This record gives sequence, structure tokens and C-alpha cells, in this order.
Amino acid sequence: MSARPRNRAIATLLAWGASLAIAFPLLWTLLTSFKTELEAVAFPPRFLSFDWTLANYRGALADGEYLHALVNSVIIAGGSSALVLALAIPAAWAMAFAPTRRTRSVLLWMLSTKMLPPVGVFIPIFLFYRDWGLLDSRIGIALLLAAGNLPIAAWMLFSNFREVPGEILEAARMDGASLRQEIVTVLAPLALPGIASTFFLVFTLAWNESFWSLNLATTEAAPLTAFIAAFSSPQGLFWARLSAASILSIAPVLLIGWLCQRQLVRGLTFGAVK
Amino acid sequence: MSGIVLQGVTKRFGDHLATDAIDLVIPDGAFTVFVGPSGCGKTTLLRLIAGLEDIDSGRLLIDGVDMARTSPAARGLAMVFQSYALYPHMTVRANLGFALKLARRPAAEIAERVEGAAAMLNLTPLLDRRPAALSGGQRQRVAIGRALVREPRAFLFDEPLSNLDAELRAQMRFEIRRLQQQLGITAIYVTHDQAEAMTMADQIVVFRDGRIEQTGAPLDIYRNPANRFVAGFIGSPRMNFLTGPIAADYGCATIGVRPEHLLLDPAGAVSATVQTVEHLGSESFIHLRTRSGEPLIARGTHDLDVHPEESVRLRFATGRVHRFDAEGRAVPANNTCLETV
Repeated sequence: MSARPRNRAIATLLAWGASLAIAFPLLWTLLTSFKTELEAVAFPPRFLSFDWTLANYRGALADGEYLHALVNSVIIAGGSSALVLALAIPAAWAMAFAPTRRTRSVLLWMLSTKMLPPVGVFIPIFLFYRDWGLLDSRIGIALLLAAGNLPIAAWMLFSNFREVPGEILEAARMDGASLRQEIVTVLAPLALPGIASTFFLVFTLAWNESFWSLNLATTEAAPLTAFIAAFSSPQGLFWARLSAASILSIAPVLLIGWLCQRQLVRGLTFGAVK
Repeated sequence: MSGIVLQGVTKRFGDHLATDAIDLVIPDGAFTVFVGPSGCGKTTLLRLIAGLEDIDSGRLLIDGVDMARTSPAARGLAMVFQSYALYPHMTVRANLGFALKLARRPAAEIAERVEGAAAMLNLTPLLDRRPAALSGGQRQRVAIGRALVREPRAFLFDEPLSNLDAELRAQMRFEIRRLQQQLGITAIYVTHDQAEAMTMADQIVVFRDGRIEQTGAPLDIYRNPANRFVAGFIGSPRMNFLTGPIAADYGCATIGVRPEHLLLDPAGAVSATVQTVEHLGSESFIHLRTRSGEPLIARGTHDLDVHPEESVRLRFATGRVHRFDAEGRAVPANNTCLETV
């Protein structure tokens, strides 16, 4: 055996090891969700040789809370991500294709807003939301998450748009395209992988967000993160059912990520492998 | 008045003056070439005419109408970009028809005009391919076709041949010129290659540092350059410049002699040493050095028989010596130069 295949084998082994280590908690949660409560807490734990059951999923879905939270999550994450793209695409267009001397500073300033710990502005935002009647509303949460994710989206799209040759957009302008046509019919198709991965990123961030959701949305607008948090206190001892609820919460995002993974890989590595 | 007229067109980028109060007439139906070294403002001026940059001050008249503030598409000009700038996600057919589609022309008319342009440029078999599946020359033809389909008032070319290899470049040079003559459409063509300017143009405009140095027909500029810069820029190999006692004999700071006007003559007044000889088959170039160390190039016949290190004597062809004053301005033959050295 020469050195090259052996190195390759070692690298493959390491990659698998690392992937398994990272995915282990998730896989364990998945296994636990199919166990009975008794088997879930059994020691030593059983790996695959237990009685597989769907009872936990039935239990988690039983009271309708899950579906309500799922709808809220879809609306909040989808709505905030759509709003983010609607604002970030024109912003990134301006910075990438019509830069000024201050574009760099604007970019850095946008990023700097992400350094602010959310808890630092919690009290004022809570008071505003109370006065404006936005507490426990899906619109309120979606607006807040959109504002929080806008800088990241603008940055990601900016670096993606910069890979699109400006002359192609100028050609479209010469051909008579309006600004909207230029963005929709020329820029968007060329930057589609970047736009898709940006959407997926801000969607996932909004889906997973818990600080604002837990504090500003308690019942009516509560998304899945709030559902899981609420689930864990009264039923914290029911590991199997909690695992089932967790899997149900992350399943939609996993599914979307798996469906568009080709676009994502292209988008996230855009420029590196043009 | 038809054609394109520029009056005092000025453009600044920050502190940099890109074009400085340019006055220029682009005659209707003629092929005008903007030529000059990189950074001289020729591309900026083309982009100002196209509407891709905003004019700071001055007027731009297209067919007699001031269009300095008009949107690019409404000016009725079509541009061919250096990188071709084809839409990579569209087929050749869609690329050619894009402008017509945006203008909401009927589908039948779009198809007819696209196919007409494709036939003219031999693109018909490629209509359903995407740009990635085309060669450089084919992409170039699609870019020209895209301009052609719009039936524009004028074609604007921004160094369109610089990405092609030498053979294809010569062929496309001829094709573009033939097409322009056939259609009789005004064309403005930007290049830094003086050979392209000489071979294609009806009118050459030589730029330097945001200003026009000279405007004229190719042979006029070649024979009567307005100054030392133009004399050195137009013509290949470039004009020989001599200063010192030889120039003083002609009553000037500098004299210029083109390589074809520098003749080997045993009775000549200038003595020089041969450095190398380049034989091109049809002709040859002799690289020489004068006694005072100035480099010279002479054009010779194909059967020239001189060798490196050989000492030769040269003379200037009668009436072919260009004289320049201390500022580099050309001095007419019958004038005397005031600032003699």
C-alpha cells in the first residue's frame, strides 16, 4: 500500500469520526424519540435493540400545541426571511454595483450591529412592543428577526453579487432593462445560488431564534422554540416525548436543507470554485 | 444635424479629471476610432456617450437632440463590451432577442430580426446554445449580433477584440468593418492598438490625459501628426526621435523620422552601428544606435544585407522629417523654430 491511499483512508476515517461526533447528540435524540420512557432512561442505554414505538410522536402531537407552534414558526421564519431578502437584495446591489467612498464603512457599521448583545436592548424594545401592541404577535417577532438578520444577509449577498461581472448588468441597461428588470431577469438568475443560501441561512437563524421568541411571544405567536421550552418544564422527565418534540421541531429545516443542498454548497463556496 | 456631437463634455472621478471639456463631432455613418494609452479617458468618453456614466458638464447631441441626461436605452445606441457581457443563463437566441423582448415587440418580429442577425453573422446553428458552449470568436459575434438586432443609431465598441488571439483579431477587424460599411451605421470604436485604429477608421481621435491630442483621417494623422505624442503613438515601429546637433541642423528641439524614411546611404550624414536585424520575410527592421547612443529603427527591404556590429551611414528621405518645438508641438515645414537648441 503506497502512502497516498493510506493517507486517504486516514482522512476518510477522521472525517467520518468528526461528523459522527458532531451529529451524535442529534442521532441520539432521534433514537430516544422512538423508545419508551422506561428504555429512554435505562442504564446502560440500549443502542438499537429496543421496542421501536411511535407513541411519543402521537403524544407530542396530541394536544395541538405543536401544529400551532409549527404554523407560527413557518410564518415568522418565512415572513422575516422574505422581508430580509426584499431589503437586502437592493442594498447589496447598490453596494456591489454602485459603490461610493463610504460603502466599506457602511458594511462594517452593519456588521457592528451584530456585536450588540440582544439583552442590551431588551427593555426598550419590550416597552415599545407593549405600547404598540406588538407583544405576542407574529408580525412583531418577524419584524424583529428581520432587523436582526438583515446585516448578515446584506453581507452575504454583497459578496455574492460582486462575483457577477458588472458589464453584464450594464449590457442589460443598454438593452433597455429597468432597474427592477435588471435585478429580476439578469442579476437574480446569475446569483441564484447565493440568494438561495442566504435565504436558507436567515430562515434557519429565524427558525432557531429563542431569545426574542421566548420573551416576547408566550402563547398566541409562540413558535417551535417556545413550544420546546414550554414542553421541557412540565414534561421534563419524559425524555422520549421531549426527544420526539425536538425532532419534530427541527425536521422542517433539515428537510429544506437536504432538498436544496446542491444550491447551498455552490452558494456558500461561491467565488472559491467559479 | 445628424451624427453625435460632444460639446465641452467633462467628467471627474473624485479629484481625477477623466475627460476635460471634450469637443468632438462623430460624423453620421462613419467609423470613428478613439485611440490612446490606457487611462487616457477614451473608455470613459465612450461610457459617457452610452449613458453608463453621468456627464458632469457639457452637452451630448445625438441626431441634434441633447441626450446628456437621457437613460442609456433611450439613446438608441448599442454597445459591444470588452468581456462580451453575454447573459450566461440565456441561449444565444434569448441573448439576441433580449432588448426586443424588453421593448415588448411582437414575438414574430423578434424571431425574424434575431434570425436575420444570426444569418448575417453565421450564428444560425448556434442559436440554441448557451454562451458557455461557444468559443471566444463565436461569443464576440453574439455580442455584435445583440447590438445589431436593435437597429441602433450607432454602435459603441469598447476594445472588443482584445480577448481574441492575433489571427481571429485580424479576421474580426475586417468583419466588423465590412458589417459597418454594409449597414452604413455610425460606429465609435475604442482601442489602445494603433494598428486597429489605422486599419479600421474613417476618423481617428487620439487621446491623452483626458484631452484630445488630434482628430483626423488615419493617413492625415500618420503624415502630419500634430505633436510629438501623436507622432510617437501612431505608426509601428514607432517614429524615431532625435535631439541634439542633428535636430539643431533642422532648427528645432526634436526631429522625428519614421522608420521607412530612414535610408541606408554610404553618403548619409548620420552614422550608426547595427544592433540587430529582424527579418519578417516581406521586409526587415534594422535596430541601430547612433554615436551619441540614441536608438533608431529603420525599415529595409527583405533582401537587406547588413549584420550586427556593422557601422552604417544613414540619411533622411527628403521632405519626410517632422520637426517639433521644445513643447513637443509640430512645426510646419516652412516655419522656423523659435526655440532652437
